[in-house]
Formats: sequence, C-alpha cells, structure tokens
Amino acid sequence: MVVYDAIVKRQSQLTAQYYQLILEAPAVAEQARPGQFVHVKVNGLDDAALRRPFSIYNAADGMLAIVYKTVGRGTALLPLLRVGDVLSVIGPLGNGFPEVSADCVPLAIGGGYGVAPLSFLARKSGRRGTLLVGARTENDLLCLDDFEELGWDVMVTTQDGSQGAQGVVTDLLDGWLAKHKDVVPEVFACGPSGMLQAVGERALGAGIKAWLSLDRRMICGVGACLACVQQLRRPDGSEWTGRVCHDGPVFEAREVIW
Amino acid sequence: MVKQIDMSVNVGGIAMQNPVTVASGTFGYGMEYSQLIDIRHLGAVTVKGVRLQPWPGNKLPRHAEVPGGLVNAIGLQGPGVDRFITDYMPPLQEAGVPVIVNIWGTSEEEYAEVAARLDGVSGVAGVEINVSCPNVKEGGNAFGTDPLLVSSLVRAVRRSTKLPIIPKLAPNVPAIAVFARAAAEAGADALSLINTIPAMVIDVETRRPVLSNIVGGLSGPAIHPVAVKLVWEAAQAVRIPIIAMGGITGPQQALEFMIAGATAVAVGTANFIDPTTALRVIEGIANYCVRHGYSAAREISGTVIVEKSK
Repeated sequence: MVVYDAIVKRQSQLTAQYYQLILEAPAVAEQARPGQFVHVKVNGLDDAALRRPFSIYNAADGMLAIVYKTVGRGTALLPLLRVGDVLSVIGPLGNGFPEVSADCVPLAIGGGYGVAPLSFLARKSGRRGTLLVGARTENDLLCLDDFEELGWDVMVTTQDGSQGAQGVVTDLLDGWLAKHKDVVPEVFACGPSGMLQAVGERALGAGIKAWLSLDRRMICGVGACLACVQQLRRPDGSEWTGRVCHDGPVFEAREVIW
Repeated sequence: MVKQIDMSVNVGGIAMQNPVTVASGTFGYGMEYSQLIDIRHLGAVTVKGVRLQPWPGNKLPRHAEVPGGLVNAIGLQGPGVDRFITDYMPPLQEAGVPVIVNIWGTSEEEYAEVAARLDGVSGVAGVEINVSCPNVKEGGNAFGTDPLLVSSLVRAVRRSTKLPIIPKLAPNVPAIAVFARAAAEAGADALSLINTIPAMVIDVETRRPVLSNIVGGLSGPAIHPVAVKLVWEAAQAVRIPIIAMGGITGPQQALEFMIAGATAVAVGTANFIDPTTALRVIEGIANYCVRHGYSAAREISGTVIVEKSK
C-alpha cells in the first residue's frame, strides 16, 4: 500500500458511460492482486472532495488499469484526464480474491462493470472457467472479450433483453448449477449488493464457496474511519463488525450478514 | 545552512516533538495509516473515541460528502477501553509516539472510569474528553452545550486520573469563552477545539436524510474560519494551551490556528484525502519559522495582530 502519483498513459471510452483508464504506477501495480482496489483523488474537485475507490481491472508491467462509469460529480471529471496528467492513487487496498482452489472450477459472476476485477482474476488464475454476466442493457456489458480470449465460456443476460436472454444473472446461475452437477464450482462475484446477496444465498443452498466483492461508499479506504462497516459472522457463529475497505472488500458468502 | 528550529511544544504536560497531531476519528488507532506515513514523525497520535464498553456505532450511511467538507455520523464505534489497551496500544507503544486517547461515555462515572483505566498505561500521554460529539444521543454534545455540565464532568475526570486532561469543546455554543473558562477552572490541562459542527444533508429525490442518524457533524475546509474564530476567542479567555482543529489541509490553516493562539494543531478530515497532510504541515511550520526569524515553533502562538479601531 502506497500513496503514489500515477501518470495517465491512456484513456478510452468503452461504451456510452464507461471508460478504461490506464495509469503508470509501478509501485501499486507490482503489488496488486485481483479483487483489490485503488483509492483515487480526482483532479479538479475541491480540496475537501473524498477519494473514490475503483476495483483494479488489470495490473502488469508497471501499468494499472481501472474501468469506471460516470455516475457522480467525481467520475464526471475523470474523462477530462489527458495523457501525462498526474493522478494521486492509494493502493493496492483491501484483501482481494483468494486463488482458485485446485479442485474447483472457477465461476465468475459479474453485474455491470463488476466484471472488471473478475477479468483480472481470470487472467491471473491461469485457469479456464465460466463468466456469468448480468447487465441492465447491452450498453452495460463490458470486458467480455477478455474472458473469451482466455478461453472462458461467457453467458450473458440483460434486464431489457437487448443482448442474451432477458433476466438477471441469478437466472443464469440457477441454470448453470442445474446443468453442472458433476463439477464443484468456486464462485467469484462482483456487482451490486442485491446481486451479491442473491448469489450468496444460492451458493449457501448449493453448498459451494462464493467470494463476494462488496461495494460500499468509503472515506479513508484504509480502515481508519469506519464509514464502510459490514456485519460479519465467524465460523464459530459469533458476529463482528468488519470494514469493507480493510477486512474486505471480498468476503465469503457465509461470513456476510445481510 | 538553515539553523535548526525547535519544533517542540508542551501541551498541558504532554511533551510533543512538534505541534502537530491528528484529530480523533480521522486516524483510527494510528496503525491504519502506518504503511502510508511514518507516524513516529507526528507530535502525537490522537486515537478514535473509546468508552467503557464496546460500542457498535450508527447504521450506514454514516457519511455524506458536501462542498467544502464531509458530514459524518459514525457514532463512536469502538472496542471499549480495555480492548483498546490490550489490542490497539502495543503497536503504538512500539512506535514510541505519544498517544492522546479520546474518551466518552453516557455518565460522569463512565468518563471517570475510562480515564482511570488509562492512567499508567505505557504510551498514553493524555486524555481528550469528548464533550461534544453530535452523533450519539446520550453523552457527547449533551454535556458539551451546558457549561455547568462541562465543569462537573471535567472535575470528575480530574479526580480519576493523573494524566493531562483535554476537554474537546463543542463549537455550537453562544460564547466559547464561558466553556473554555469552565473547563480550565475545573482542572483541564489544555483544550481541544473544535469538534464537528452539527449538520444535516437531505436527498431531494427521496426527501430523506442521507445519514441513517439523520444528523451528523460537518468537518473539512468549510469549518476552518469558524474554528479560527473560536480558537482566537478561547485563547483570550484562558491561559491553558489549546490544540486547534477544523479544516486543516496544509500549513496555512495550521499557522492561522497557532497565530490565533493555539499551541498545537490537529489534522483531521484531510488525512482521508491526503495522508501526508500532517507531515506537510510540520514541514510548513518549520519553513515559516525560518522565513519569519523564529527559532522555536511555539513563538508563533498568539502572535495575531489585531489593530484596535480608534
């Protein structure tokens, strides 16, 4: 974990509201693992503006990539970054996903731009698996080529039916689980809370492990401020209050008390 | 060759190597930031508030970003004083940095008991008495907005510990001098001010308060001029040292506080945005001393020039 002045190397628009930002940040990139995040100070906001957390999409050769959606006054300014601009990042932060168990098939489940850290996981795992992805519309589908290039199966659903079957990603998960009773999957999921909770419930029902990357509004990103707490359960049943930024953002489905 | 500036200050019996600490609640228990900055360079580490028992804090959302600041209602989540001492103090003891422990409770007896348990704990240099947290229903601000209650509470804590005690005053009072004097006369060794300013944010689409606690406390650059005024007034009212806080983002705001009369300063919300702020402030104060011919940082305190109008 370092505070680092990253240099903007490239920025590209993926679809209407989504961008990929590539930063030169060797001190961060070298340590980064899938599921970890960086805390970014957005240029052009006032002194008091908080940093914004972004999942790491890729990290290699001193470069760090994130995928973001323009959703608020912070992300609205990020597309204005130009090559050579300096951007302060703190990272890598959080615990990240564990390695895929040798005796399990990786099953990645993404909602919207939640696929970004899953792409990093697929690339780093060296394994072939399946991606189940749900999005509002076809314009919210991102990074699918990454998985196909790695030889992963990709199944898509959209809420409006503009690509793939109309539905939500748990429909795909139900179908997949019914069809693959012969293998033991290990789930790696990232997306909105409702999706994660639904995925977690199915994993518990099916007796499989599911690693859920939680999304919470954060202040400090390092576990100091207690703004992003989450009620959790230990294996012995006792409860504790964790910090999504520091103790997560990835938790196993059995840990999370919704 | 730049001559060496004496940066040390003494805050009511707490010897600090420089006048810069961090504000309670913005720096966890110190170690959270230890990978990002060398906390041994701080004048002191002021940790998050602890009471007698573990406390869960408020439900989420606990914060809202606003122009110029941050409104929070964390609600003083914490491990309780005993677990604080056993689990959180050891790495701070190893770092060797003076620790100021912010304490709170829902009764005078609780405050006094927490302070008593901290007495004699290695590394604990002082107790900051939170009489002004806006985010818990009992305790906190309920004490801080009545000078008689502040006085009585400070007396109770005074009797329970030999540690330096530092009441942290509420900003939302009609005359800060009254509270500063009440605390000083009750035996305070120093004062901290200001705490966050009570605040509220509404989501206009849902017409609901953003914070689960409905109201919270405003911190950040927006409150800095308010804090300077209160520090200036308090400094004229009492002779005990003041630790000033509220919206420091760099040396400029810290120097304003010292010139207004503060002996030391605390960096708060800025830690979240730039964790190196406190270190930049230390360097900036030293540079200011060089530029203005001071040989010691404490010479800056109370040097404000207010021309009397004729």
